[in-house]
Amino acid sequence: MSTDTDPGPGITGDAAATDAKQRNKRARQVLFGCAAFTVLTTLAIFLVLIDNAISYFYGARATEMIFLGVEPQSAVGLIEFLNVRELLAGEARWAPEHATPSHNAWPIIFGTLAITVGAAFVSIPIGTATALYVSEYASPEVRSKLKPTLEVLAGIPTIVYGYFAIAFINPVVLGPIAGLFGINIGRYSMLSGMLVVGIMTIPMVSSISEDAMQAVPDDLRNGAYALGATKYDVSVSVVTPAAISGIFASYILAVSRAIGETMAVTLAAGFNANITANPFSEIMTMTAYMVSMARGTSAIGTIEYQSLFAVGLVLFCMTLMMNLLNDWFKRRFQEEYR
Amino acid sequence: MSDSPDSKRRADGGTATERTRGEELFADIDLRREHLKNRAFLGLIFAASMFGVVALALLLLDVVTDFYVGLTEFEISLVQFLTADGSRRPERAGFFGAIIASVMLMALTAVLSFFVGVGAAIYLEEYAPNNRITRLIKANLSNLAGVPSIVYGLLVLAALVNGIGVGPILLAGSVALALLVMPIIIVSAQEAIRAVPDGVRNGSYATGATKWQTIRQVVLPSAMPGILTGTILALARAIGETAPLLMIGALFVNRTPFGPFDRFSGMPTQIYAWAAEPSQHFIHLAAVGIVVLLTILLSMNAVAVYLRNKYETAV
Repeated sequence: MSTDTDPGPGITGDAAATDAKQRNKRARQVLFGCAAFTVLTTLAIFLVLIDNAISYFYGARATEMIFLGVEPQSAVGLIEFLNVRELLAGEARWAPEHATPSHNAWPIIFGTLAITVGAAFVSIPIGTATALYVSEYASPEVRSKLKPTLEVLAGIPTIVYGYFAIAFINPVVLGPIAGLFGINIGRYSMLSGMLVVGIMTIPMVSSISEDAMQAVPDDLRNGAYALGATKYDVSVSVVTPAAISGIFASYILAVSRAIGETMAVTLAAGFNANITANPFSEIMTMTAYMVSMARGTSAIGTIEYQSLFAVGLVLFCMTLMMNLLNDWFKRRFQEEYR
Repeated sequence: MSDSPDSKRRADGGTATERTRGEELFADIDLRREHLKNRAFLGLIFAASMFGVVALALLLLDVVTDFYVGLTEFEISLVQFLTADGSRRPERAGFFGAIIASVMLMALTAVLSFFVGVGAAIYLEEYAPNNRITRLIKANLSNLAGVPSIVYGLLVLAALVNGIGVGPILLAGSVALALLVMPIIIVSAQEAIRAVPDGVRNGSYATGATKWQTIRQVVLPSAMPGILTGTILALARAIGETAPLLMIGALFVNRTPFGPFDRFSGMPTQIYAWAAEPSQHFIHLAAVGIVVLLTILLSMNAVAVYLRNKYETAV
């Protein structure tokens, strides 16, 4: 096939060969540009978020200060944004759009953390158990049905999970339970957010953990069986410890996903920023705040618009930390069985 | 089976001391308890793995029920739903504009992300030397895949929509989605390229082809089905993404977009707008919209699976 277009250097002479070499070089440069583009994306995210977040704290964007000479003026103090004393006194309030604004971000950070922790309590045990079942116990037949089913669960858009929460979990499942405690459940509740985000992160935990368990060589299992171990012993005391780095990586990934999860929590947990222990009350996560600002018409330059980026920066840093932790874990606890 | 270690020992005719030592050795093992523990554990993890299946079944059942109720009780006509534009009045609201917007979004996203994504994958698999820059690119890629989708929306909102001042147009939305799915496309393309055996490459080099000629005429054609499968799956992810579109302001638009520079509201954002309404009529409109969205997603996945299977049997 290639002989028509390129008979080779020996046949056509040097001109074609140098031409091909030149093209080869250019292709390499273009392709490197493509790869470098991904690094530029990260840089752009970081710079844009910081640049705009600065306008929230100092009244003008960093680029405006540098290039246009806009004087910085203090708008919202960083101490006000993350005021721990108010948090401990129970007076933390997040309401930048309110007539008497308050810029303490702890209520929405609490919202995100509460959903994340609650979702982890659902996805980690169930995901790990699913992985153990699929990897160690399930017959090939069951396996070949269970795995695609979980893949479908992973492929459903988050907005559909949000709908599931608002149309089913909250009114049909949690409503009667709340009724037993004498609580009248609203349209939104923290618990339904935890449940729905937990359900949607089960496939992440189960598939990555299962991959790690599959990578454990059979010799280890057989060695344990030879010592008289039961299947339970092998699953819990041999396979799980041997696959622990992959299992933890899946947990971190699921947690990171839960932190950044937007549509499901917005439709499940609501828009009322408060710190509460009542699982049936409405809360607001950082992502839900961002959606609520986008829903309203927040014009550029207003404090509401600027607060988007401050919150976005906190969110980005949280997931970045999780991703770095994941990388570190993979490198630190990587088992090699070859 | 349950008392095999002891009975075997006795049958072998061990001495008295051996027997007592054996009994001591196994005294703390209660086999019945072990069996029970194994059974209980299996039951537990089986129940846990069914949790996901049950959740999926409930979700689908809920959507289908609401879809049915929407069609019968609220008399949503499917034909009108699929051909009318959005509306503030639930009895006149349709999905046509959102479907068109999503299809256009998907096409633009594919164009924007495919070439750069595949290019990056080729570089990483075929050219990249093992140095610090390559490691940085790879580490960054795995980090980028973990960035929440809403952050991509913020980036485009600040840089394009308000920075350059293009406004909440369809092109801006597809840029956000393209950035979002780029890591997915790169990783799947890398896998497809890696699956091409080295013998094929060496054969091409032996004819005197340069590296780029080898990639373009030998490696890429045989990796293409895998790359396309990955791209379709990535686009299926993109079409269901809501948060970035909401951030750039694609909401409350009822008109059908005519080009990449029109304002728009995609399928997921339209579903969100309906689901967030308190009226039951709108909730059921959302359910009908979800059925349409899931049908499109399902057919995209079917195409991807078909491509994958065809490719796998061919090799």
